[in-house]
Amino acid sequence: MDLSAINPVLLIASLMVAATPLLLAAIGELVVEKSGVLNLGVEGMMIVGAIAGFAVAVESGSPLLGFVAAAIAGAALSVLFAILTQFAQANQVASGLSLTLFGLGLSALMGQSYVGVKPPRMGDIDIPVLSDLPVIGPILFGHDIILYFGIALTAAVWWVLKYSRIGLVLRAVGENHDAAHALGYKVIRIRLAAIMFGGACAGLGGAYISLIRVPQWTEGMTAGIGWIALALVVFASWKPWRALLGAYLFGGVTVVQLNLQAAGVAIPVEYLAMSPYLITILVLVILSADKSSAPASLGRNFHASR
Amino acid sequence: MKLTNLLTSAAVALGLAAGAAWAQDKTKVGFVYVGPVGDGGWTYEHDQGRKAVEAEFGDQVETVYVESVAEGPDAERVMTQMALQGADLIFTTSFGYMDPTINVAKKFPDVKFEHATGYKRADNVSTYSARFYEGRAVQGTIAGHMTESNIVGYIGSYPIPEVVRGINSAYIHAKKVNPDVEFKIVWAFTWFDPAKEADAAKVLIEQGADVILQHTDSTAPQAAAQAAGNVYTFGQASDMAEYAPKPRVSSIIDDWAPYYIARTKAVMDGTWESVDTWDGIGAGMVGIGEISDAVPAEVKEAALAIKDAIASGEYHPFTGPLNKQDGTPWLAEGETADDGTLAGMNFYVEGLEGDIPQ
Repeated sequence: MDLSAINPVLLIASLMVAATPLLLAAIGELVVEKSGVLNLGVEGMMIVGAIAGFAVAVESGSPLLGFVAAAIAGAALSVLFAILTQFAQANQVASGLSLTLFGLGLSALMGQSYVGVKPPRMGDIDIPVLSDLPVIGPILFGHDIILYFGIALTAAVWWVLKYSRIGLVLRAVGENHDAAHALGYKVIRIRLAAIMFGGACAGLGGAYISLIRVPQWTEGMTAGIGWIALALVVFASWKPWRALLGAYLFGGVTVVQLNLQAAGVAIPVEYLAMSPYLITILVLVILSADKSSAPASLGRNFHASR
Repeated sequence: MKLTNLLTSAAVALGLAAGAAWAQDKTKVGFVYVGPVGDGGWTYEHDQGRKAVEAEFGDQVETVYVESVAEGPDAERVMTQMALQGADLIFTTSFGYMDPTINVAKKFPDVKFEHATGYKRADNVSTYSARFYEGRAVQGTIAGHMTESNIVGYIGSYPIPEVVRGINSAYIHAKKVNPDVEFKIVWAFTWFDPAKEADAAKVLIEQGADVILQHTDSTAPQAAAQAAGNVYTFGQASDMAEYAPKPRVSSIIDDWAPYYIARTKAVMDGTWESVDTWDGIGAGMVGIGEISDAVPAEVKEAALAIKDAIASGEYHPFTGPLNKQDGTPWLAEGETADDGTLAGMNFYVEGLEGDIPQ
């Protein structure tokens, strides 16, 4: 065992990178669920975002353009889900699941000529002086711009949901769509916007994996991160800052357990592998004092005639 | 009466048509894959083998495959489905498919099964595997020479004999050329998860490894090594030449095509029998990808010498004297390991640190 081999600064820095795709996808899904829609297609939207972002970044040579494309692709795919559930009144669970399957297949098809291609590198932000600070520099100021965007987005979503009029309307639609409708709010339109926002965020999260975290394209490379993002929304009890905390916890435990293994710590890996879930249960118990619960209309379809 | 006649002749005609179709029936070959065919590694090479079967027999065969099948009940369902749809021969290409394959084979005695890397056989179940540890000996030699920090990182998938064998073989040969070498091993507990593999590679690099060996299927560790700069990696299962000449300096390639063609032919001829095949470099089932220019000429020469010695059967990668990790003697001077011990290998050799997760 050689714990000194673990550099805590690098550990925290890589933990933040591991957590970012999860955070982006979870924040998007949080907004979707706040509007009363349950979209289980996060994994599918992520993987389509991963390939769309990758392809555009490779063709254009600009990773930033890739991220824009990924957001558009994720949103475009989510429109499919929106049409099915909001206009055709299809079951949300089934539509979401099929969106994941569709996304996995579509991305494999789109990505056929991109296997083994190297994407352009997204440079880390380099702020003079600040980036060179010991400890704090690499943790706070040495990352790529999307990572900061993820944190900023969390703050923005929190503020909008809590303090703005749009946030209030969105929550009203999610809590009781009939009442919101009676007040004259366009329930379908608001939900459509929320679904597309969620799709764009999931697309960004996927592109973060294919352009920064891995960086390359391989079929099925999101490998279940979309599902963890879905769980994370529940874990966070629909609160943005808790989603951030949860993403760092989940992302962190993965990185920490790999670090401990490489350092030769004799804790059986299985314990480390289940620790995020144990911590989740623990946190849920602690948080159960908090009476906030799922949006009341979550997963229920709305039709104006009812 | 007329109607009856009509119906009878129609029935006869139908029967004939069906009979004719039966005569032209193709040999149907199914493949069950653990990852996606585009993984660039393990499953990719199996799928190349499938394509080779199609190219060889053309219209006489029909191949079907299902990718990304989870090991466990899902695999059993997929195999059953394939057998029900008329597959004559089914290749199941991951260690975790062993019990599902045996279970399904019991239910379909007329269908032939071939399980890769397992050890359980039946009248209609063959096993086949490649002696990857022979390739590991070559890579270990290169790794031992190339490391400057004397720390070699190793990404393990699952702690099964196949993987443990590879770690031991690579370590023995790295140690031979570099007595100071040390292995850091992390277990990913997955065959394919690019994000996790990339994280594992980054962790190893952060902890000082400058050569990374992997037993997982994607090229994510190569990408991570490339980003880090001064790190060497090896292609696993597939050549991964897109990362040559650096960080990928050589590779272990699985070449399943000749085997798949031979076994499909055996089913067509009716000569198929349950066998256990374990071939290596000599038989061409394990290939060594080109050793790139990033490797100094004398190191390349040493690696090729080992490869040739293994191919000709003159050298066995597990040749004594070798002790087990706890110091108990395993192989005496000049003694080589028997296949039985290799197949069930569940211990590290002396010098490796850490425990194999149980």
